[in-house]
Order: sequence, then structure tokens, then C-alpha cells
Amino acid sequence: MAMGGRRSSGGRRADPWRFVLHAALIAVSLMFLTPLVWMVSTSIKPETQAASGALRLLPEPAGKTLEIAAENYSAVWNDRTVQFPLYLRNTLIVATLGVVGMTLSSAVVAYGLSRVQWRGRGVVLFLIVATMMIPFPVLMVPLYLIFRELGWIGTLRPLWVPAWFGGAFNIFLLRQFFMTIPRELDEAARIDGCSHVRTFLTIILPLSKPALAVVALFHFMYVWNDFVGPLIFLSNRDQFTLALGLQLYQSQAGNTQWNLLMAASTLMISPLVLLFVLTQRTFVRSVAAEGLK
Amino acid sequence: MWVSPWLIGSGLFVMLPMAMSLWYSLTDYPLLEPPLFVGLDNYRRMWSDPTFWRVVNNTAVFAAVSIPVYTAVGLVLAGVLSSRVRFARLYQACIFLPTLTPLIAAAMVWMWLFNGEYGLVNRLLGLVGIRGPTWLVDSAWVMPALVIMSVWGVGQAMVVYIAAMQDVPRSLYEAAELDGMGPARRFIHVTLPMISPAILFNVISLLIAAVQVFAVPFVMFRRPDGQHPKGHFYSMYLYENAFIYGQMGYASAMAWVQLLVVLGLTGVLMVVSRKMVHYTRV
Repeated sequence: MAMGGRRSSGGRRADPWRFVLHAALIAVSLMFLTPLVWMVSTSIKPETQAASGALRLLPEPAGKTLEIAAENYSAVWNDRTVQFPLYLRNTLIVATLGVVGMTLSSAVVAYGLSRVQWRGRGVVLFLIVATMMIPFPVLMVPLYLIFRELGWIGTLRPLWVPAWFGGAFNIFLLRQFFMTIPRELDEAARIDGCSHVRTFLTIILPLSKPALAVVALFHFMYVWNDFVGPLIFLSNRDQFTLALGLQLYQSQAGNTQWNLLMAASTLMISPLVLLFVLTQRTFVRSVAAEGLK
Repeated sequence: MWVSPWLIGSGLFVMLPMAMSLWYSLTDYPLLEPPLFVGLDNYRRMWSDPTFWRVVNNTAVFAAVSIPVYTAVGLVLAGVLSSRVRFARLYQACIFLPTLTPLIAAAMVWMWLFNGEYGLVNRLLGLVGIRGPTWLVDSAWVMPALVIMSVWGVGQAMVVYIAAMQDVPRSLYEAAELDGMGPARRFIHVTLPMISPAILFNVISLLIAAVQVFAVPFVMFRRPDGQHPKGHFYSMYLYENAFIYGQMGYASAMAWVQLLVVLGLTGVLMVVSRKMVHYTRV
């Protein structure tokens, strides 16, 4: 696509509809971006200016923007009651352990469902797909009781240990991907005397890097987003994740410090935006894969 | 065996909890005391619990309004942006970006935007002389606010639909054009039928998600005196019963009703759509 090309080049008919269409698309794009722009704008204003909701993008005086921004963001980072760095650390622990476990275990199960012949394979595959439909609230009461029995309530374990047993959706996604890898490859390996374990490690896994990246990305996003899990399983503030910690900024009394809350929200979103910019292709393709299969 | 991680995992974290939940749903279980069998009492209690019916009603309205609006907007945007429009990728990126926002951060941002006095939405409405409502307080505007917020995340569906539309064979469009169909009719008669499996899958996912909507209304409509009556949803009431009122039995019964509703609605959608969904590839 030629960015910044001429509006109407020789062969193309000068179409008034084209102009209307682009005007509409620009308006729509702005509508979608405005909330994020306003979030950042609020986060770089002093409290009183932010709270007044005046229609300005930069604080007044605009020359002090960086100074005020630094002040707000360091206030969020250094706050003693809502400890952003601690919540970030907890979220990263859950995300790292969860992503590794989820990717590995889902790949192992998907291998069993696509490459190993055994009776009952179809039934298990059906069950895996069926469990995707179970709403989490159905499981949350008994899970709470199970984790309480194990003494895990108030630890991060309920948030990452289950990931080591694979996730239904990810297993399904990887299975579909493994099915597209030509069978001749592992049959050749088999003739050379490769065991299933070696075939899995040396042939299937290296060929599946894009699909594994998608699973890792999904689980990372899931952890970053998960609110209900931490709400139920964590009991004290030291273990909070970002999603749970963010609501602590919200004041019940009605004098929320919007500039700080928006700064914290910006901080929470930015890794995801960064990840998106860096892996844009994988990202969009993976979201598309989620809906198509 | 290769699938043992999943078998163990789902046994521990899905099957066992389901069985426990079914048993608890037949008991009176105030958390600190052992469960006491009461038969179908919990289910009968739901029938006569006004709060239960209120959250059912709110959840149903939310699903019934947000899913069609969201899907229609997603389809139209995908239809426009999958055609050869200049800068399509740039527009797509702008619309997709908000979907990266974690739900809880999105809820915070929109609480600020919808603030009755100082929020950006009402400030902008004020510019054109409209006095905006107190979105998150006024009962009439709670649902529209939630729907607007859910449409903000339409980038997700748009990307899926664009991917599906790119798989539609060009030849079909050429044939339709020869038949004298304009862009709008081509969209309705060629594109929509061809991507109907993706639409069905997306709608089912949305339905499952809408039935359990929790985090966003949980933080947006919390008031010092409890939840806003219009911003109170099924999963939230289930959570309150279990973890605030300590009624594990009643919460479990609600959970089973929720599960059956999800399965039932999915089944109905599958059957109803059988004639409308067009499968060409497997």
C-alpha cells in the first residue's frame, strides 16, 4: 500500500463516495482511539486540572507536561498503600509460570491427540471441546473449597498451577496446527528409530513455533486480564495482581484521583501495546485464528 | 500417556468441581459448617427470589442488546475494511488497539469518560448543546453505557471477520458483479453466507461471555450501599452469595442453572442456525 500517495491517480475515477468513506473511517478511528488518548492525557495532568475534565490534551502550562507526568507516574510507582511494583511482580510471576506450563502441557496433550493412536481419542477430544463451554462461575465455588483444602488460598498457586495441566482451547488450537504438519516427517523419523518423545521434541515442537507463540501470547493476555481468579483466591494485598490492584485506586468515597488512576491504567496497558507493536502479525493472526479454527 | 496432563487437570479442576458443585447445590452449606442435604430447596428458593430474577433480567437484556449491536458493527467494519480501501490496515489498527486494554483498565477508563459532571463524553455532548445523562447512575443509561463499552472492543470480532472474508473466493464476487449486484448486495448475498460459520462461532463465544459478565459491572456499578440495581448481573450475585453471604449451596444451585442455560442456548443457536450457516470447507 502506498502511504501518502496521491488522492486520485490517473485511472481511478474521482469518486465523491471515496471521500465520504474516508471521512467516516477517520471519524470512527478517532472514536475508538479517544478513550485511550484521554486516559493518557488525564494521566499527565495535575490532580485539579484532571478532575475538572477541561477539554485540553496537555496540562497548563504545557511546558511543564513532562515534569507533571513524571510526578504522577512516580507517585503511582512509589505509593505505599497501592503498591504497583509489587502487583506487577506478582502478575509477572503468575504469567511466567503459567505461560511456560500452559504452552508445554498443551503441546504434549495436543501431540497425544494428533500423533499417537489409541482408543478413546475421539471421546477425549470431544470432552476437551465441551469443557470450553463451562462458565467459570460454575467452577469457582468448588475450586475455592479445593484450594482451601490444599492450603493454597492466599497464595499465587491457584492462579498458575492449573495452567500446567493444559487449557482446552489451547490444546485444540495446537492439535489443529499439528494436523497440518506432514505425517511423512514423523514417519521418516519413526523408521529411523525415533521414539514419540524424540519425534515430539525434535520435529513437532520446532515446526510449531508460531502456534506455540500464539498459545503463549493468549495465556499472557489471559493472566494480565484475569480479575475473578485473583479476586477469589487471593486474600491479602501483598499478593494482589495488577488487575485486582487497579481497583484499589477507586475510592468509595467519591474523590478518586483520576490522574493517578489513569496513570496506573496506562502503565497496565503499555506492555500489551508494546507486545502488539512488536508482534503485530502474530498477534492479529492469532486473534483471527481464535475465531476461525 | 500423552493426554494425562489434561486428564488429571480436568479431573481435578473441572470434573471434581462439577460433581462437588452438583452435590452442594442440593445442600444448605454456610461455609463454616458442613453441608446439610436439603433436596431441591435451593432451586425452589431461586424461583421466589426477586434479586435472582432481577439479575437474570439484566443479564438477558445485556446479552440480547450487546451481541447483535456488537456483531453488526463488527461485520460492517470488516466488510468495509476488507475491501480495497486505502489505509485499511491503519484503520484496522486504530479499531483493534482498544481490545488490548485489560477489562479492568477499560472499566476504569470508561468510568472516567462516563463521569456525569466532568467526564469527556458529557463534555463533548455539551459542546453540541446536549446535556448528557449521569451515565453510570441513571438507571435508564446503565445498559447503553455497557453496550457502548462492549462495542469499543469490537476490533476483536472485526479481525476475525476480516480473516474469514479474505478466504471468500474472488470468483464469487466477480460472478455477483456480472449479475449486476452492487457492493451492499454483494455483502449481503455473498460475504455473509460465506463467512456464516465464523459468525456463528463468534456469536456463541459472545453468548457464553455475556452470560457470565462480571469484572466490568463489578467495579463500575459498585456503590457504598451495594450494587446498582441495573448494574447487577448473574455471576455477580452468584459471587456475592458464595463469598459474601457464605451461602455455598445456593450459589452452587445458581451455577448449575447458569451452566444449563449456556448449554441450552448454545444448542438452540446450533439448531436454529443449521439452515442459515453455509459450510463449504471443513
